[in-house]
Amino acid sequence: MADKIDYGTLKKGGFMRQKQKGYFSLRLGIVGGQVTAEQLAAVTDVANTFGHGYIHLTARQGIEIPFINIKDINAVKAALAKGGIAPGVCGPRVRTVTACQGSAVCPNACIDTTTIAQELNDRYFGKELPHKFKFGVTGCQNNCLKAEENDFGIKGGLEVVWEKDKCISCGVCEKACRTNAITMKNGEITIDYDKCNRCGRCAYACPADAYDTTEGYYVYFGGLFGNTVSRGIPVVPFIKDRETLFRVCDAALNYFRENALPGERFKFTLDRLGVDGLKEKVMEAYHG
Amino acid sequence: MAEEIKVDDTVDITDVVCPVTFVKAKVALEELEDGQVLSIRMNDGEPVQNVPRSIKDEGHQILKLLDNQDGTYNLIVRKAGEE
Ligand code: SF4
Ligand code: SF4
Ligand code: SF4
Repeated sequence: MADKIDYGTLKKGGFMRQKQKGYFSLRLGIVGGQVTAEQLAAVTDVANTFGHGYIHLTARQGIEIPFINIKDINAVKAALAKGGIAPGVCGPRVRTVTACQGSAVCPNACIDTTTIAQELNDRYFGKELPHKFKFGVTGCQNNCLKAEENDFGIKGGLEVVWEKDKCISCGVCEKACRTNAITMKNGEITIDYDKCNRCGRCAYACPADAYDTTEGYYVYFGGLFGNTVSRGIPVVPFIKDRETLFRVCDAALNYFRENALPGERFKFTLDRLGVDGLKEKVMEAYHG
Repeated sequence: MAEEIKVDDTVDITDVVCPVTFVKAKVALEELEDGQVLSIRMNDGEPVQNVPRSIKDEGHQILKLLDNQDGTYNLIVRKAGEE
């Protein structure tokens, strides 16, 4: 039992100090919004035994267990570890990686958000930075996970190419497209790629599998949704493979670490320095 | 091209909204025999954007989408059997 309480360390470990003296709301480490039944059972156990018998769901797919007494910290950690779950983080570092369900479950998805979130988490979770840094991964243009709210947001897309020999000229894709990028004339499809947002709807609606598809990623930089609300901006073109995606992630995080002032959120670094410096670094990464 | 397809039954879903559009079309398809062809009349906008995909995902065969030039479309579908 600690005599001296180091709130800094406690906070790093996801223990959010409550207004009630000696109590913490314990934030858990969750990736992409996925929690196993076994983990839930451990959480239930801790909430009943050490907390007040309830949990709080955070805005970013997290779970907090309020009313954990500081003297119980080690026992709580041990009980959670049995269920395969651990405290999360707060403070100036890479935070919970959020994700929608993606292609594992959702029929609209263009990418496997869950494995991407897991890989982001494995690479970066808890990494120390000038300020907090949030990743979010959404599977398609429907944007259920709100990619542009994050310091680094990823949105899945499908690049589509019409395959004439398979097409039965039914006309379904022309109407399925919400951006009017598709026109059918005399049974021939033309795609205006300046209008196409790679939502994949044409390919998913086509009864003849007449679209060749390549999955990829739109990325957005410097979004935040707190005291200041600002939408992440696109800086690199559509990314067509995971290696490039992670190179771009590395480059953006490095840029942030090297250029942000202490306590400065990514958006404000970009506001202060302009976007060209970041662009140079991430474009280098984009081209390998 | 559409003239060559023999339509066995028709259903009009322009009088309902999502998600009943799809349900009404599905019920109409259930009343047909496997291999028979249904023409589904639907509105422009959400229905024509989404209903064909839903019918496809049910395993039926989409043959053609016809523009009636009056803000409605006819989707021609061949019923697939249960797997
Ligand atoms: S963003 Fe797309 S893939 Fe993700 S849950 Fe929504 S519809 Fe599905
Ligand atoms: S991917 Fe989406 S936006 Fe692009 S052509 Fe297909 S339906 Fe239209
Ligand atoms: S939906 Fe497929 S088969 Fe129908 S017109 Fe478009 S590409 Fe051709």
